Amino acid sequence: MIELAGLTKRYGEKVAVDDLTFSVRPGIVTGFLGPNGAGKSTTMRMILGLDHPTAGDVRVDGVHYRRLKDPLTRIGALLDAKAVHGGRSAYHHLLCLAQSNGVPERRVAEVLDTVGLTAVARKKAKGFSLGMGQRLGIAAALLGDPRILMFDEPVNGLDPEGIHWIRNLMKSLAAQGRTVFVSSHLMSEMALTADHLVVIGQGRLLADTSMADFIRQNARSYVRIRSPQRERLLDVLHEDGITVVEAGAGALEVEGDKAGRIGELAARYGIVLHELSPRQASLEEAFMQLTAQAVEYHAHTGPDPAPQAWGAGWKGAE
Amino acid sequence: MTAVRVIRSEWTKIRSVASTVWTLSLAGVVTVALGMLIAGLTRSQFDSMPARQRLSFDPTFVSFAGMTLGQLALIVFGVLVVSNEYSTGMIRVSLAAVPQRATFLFSKIAVATGLALVVGMATSFAAFLLGQAMLGSHRARLGDPGVLRAVLGGGLYMTLIVVFSMGVAAMLRSPMLSLGILMPFFFLISNVLGNVDATKKIGRFLPDQAGSRIMQVVPRVGDDAPYGPWGGLGIMALWVVAAVAGGYVLLKRRDAQ
Repeated sequence: MIELAGLTKRYGEKVAVDDLTFSVRPGIVTGFLGPNGAGKSTTMRMILGLDHPTAGDVRVDGVHYRRLKDPLTRIGALLDAKAVHGGRSAYHHLLCLAQSNGVPERRVAEVLDTVGLTAVARKKAKGFSLGMGQRLGIAAALLGDPRILMFDEPVNGLDPEGIHWIRNLMKSLAAQGRTVFVSSHLMSEMALTADHLVVIGQGRLLADTSMADFIRQNARSYVRIRSPQRERLLDVLHEDGITVVEAGAGALEVEGDKAGRIGELAARYGIVLHELSPRQASLEEAFMQLTAQAVEYHAHTGPDPAPQAWGAGWKGAE
Repeated sequence: MTAVRVIRSEWTKIRSVASTVWTLSLAGVVTVALGMLIAGLTRSQFDSMPARQRLSFDPTFVSFAGMTLGQLALIVFGVLVVSNEYSTGMIRVSLAAVPQRATFLFSKIAVATGLALVVGMATSFAAFLLGQAMLGSHRARLGDPGVLRAVLGGGLYMTLIVVFSMGVAAMLRSPMLSLGILMPFFFLISNVLGNVDATKKIGRFLPDQAGSRIMQVVPRVGDDAPYGPWGGLGIMALWVVAAVAGGYVLLKRRDAQ
């Protein structure tokens, strides 16, 4: 269990994390979603006691991080896969961490095996690929067999096989009853792994909801229609009480899942259809809308000309 | 209990990286070899030295002449032990594992200090014994008055240089910045300040100027330093305490990055 209460971090004028209050519960994967620069990493560093909050409070299992005895046995974290001394072997990197927390030495071999690095355990870390570095970081997080795990952008830069592996790992860790808190700037990634969703933008909490609810509320379904007998089709649909909106390029859109009904009407009145396709707005779009609102709001409250740089941020990431 | 674990962990960190092992070995080799070379040169030039210089000839101090260069390698060692954490980003992993920052820093310093003490003492005795062998008939003996103090002092001096460098690196974090300040300071600036008449009075209170007094057995002609061998080492120790305290305060207050 991780609990944040009014957590705030300011760097001079800039607010990186703004009054965040939420909890991360055990037994599920909680996704921590936000565009690049939204404050996810800063929040995670504050959870680990690395950065000092400007205001507010964050507790792990009810206590401040620095009060934890042998913290690696309570919470394991992967913040930055490159945060390893390049001249040290994977084995010694894990060994020094294990020794500092009284974790038995045999665990080092166990976690190296779990992440599949046994063969390169004695090799210097600077020769590791990004994926191997990520695995080493995960091995360090698993070292103390903690009940809470935290991963910052764990799939960044990984190949499809690595991504698949990490997704399954997170799900299995949650299935064992552990607390799994994972950040990402990609909604599509979260949709595949997370059970619960915490969305932030510009350091502010935008949503704290279950994944299912988020999908239900945000995944709009609609029907897209194209017809050479456009005016006649509009009349028929109007008579049937179906609201139609122009979608540009000669296409029409109807809210909801009404493809069947529209098809029947077109057949009955002999109207030719060139397209009749049921569609779903993507979660990525819903996420974009959500964070875009935060940008607008921010633009009204501060002199900060951030909005332009913002959209560019996540578009580049897609 | 926690401290013992962290000390073991820091020991693993130091011994598992080649750069720290190399710099320490280099410090020993350079100090001894250069000391021998200068002792050998001194022996061959001794008879042509002016009488005044012969009177204040300090065979013990001559064998430590290599330390001016050897201490640069010690500075690199001290700086790397601390600033490696920052330059690699490892500091975040380390402080997540040991969130008690005092325990973290002082365990790290304790391990490196212990190692530096062993290497420093071994180097100091080797530099003395081999240097004296090169001096031939002008040699000093370990049993002569003040000589054992000077040789033990040489080991302590080397150790304190390492601890001072660790304190400075803990404050500055960047290895390049730390080395860029410490190297020219100890190699050039301190020597200039300590030997130019105008700045001598201040210069002799600098860490290396004061600390190296302990390695002298025969005081230099005209030496009016207001401290003795141990007083000088004490002044150096105060510098070291100040640097480490500064490093700790900043580590405690700053975000870990």
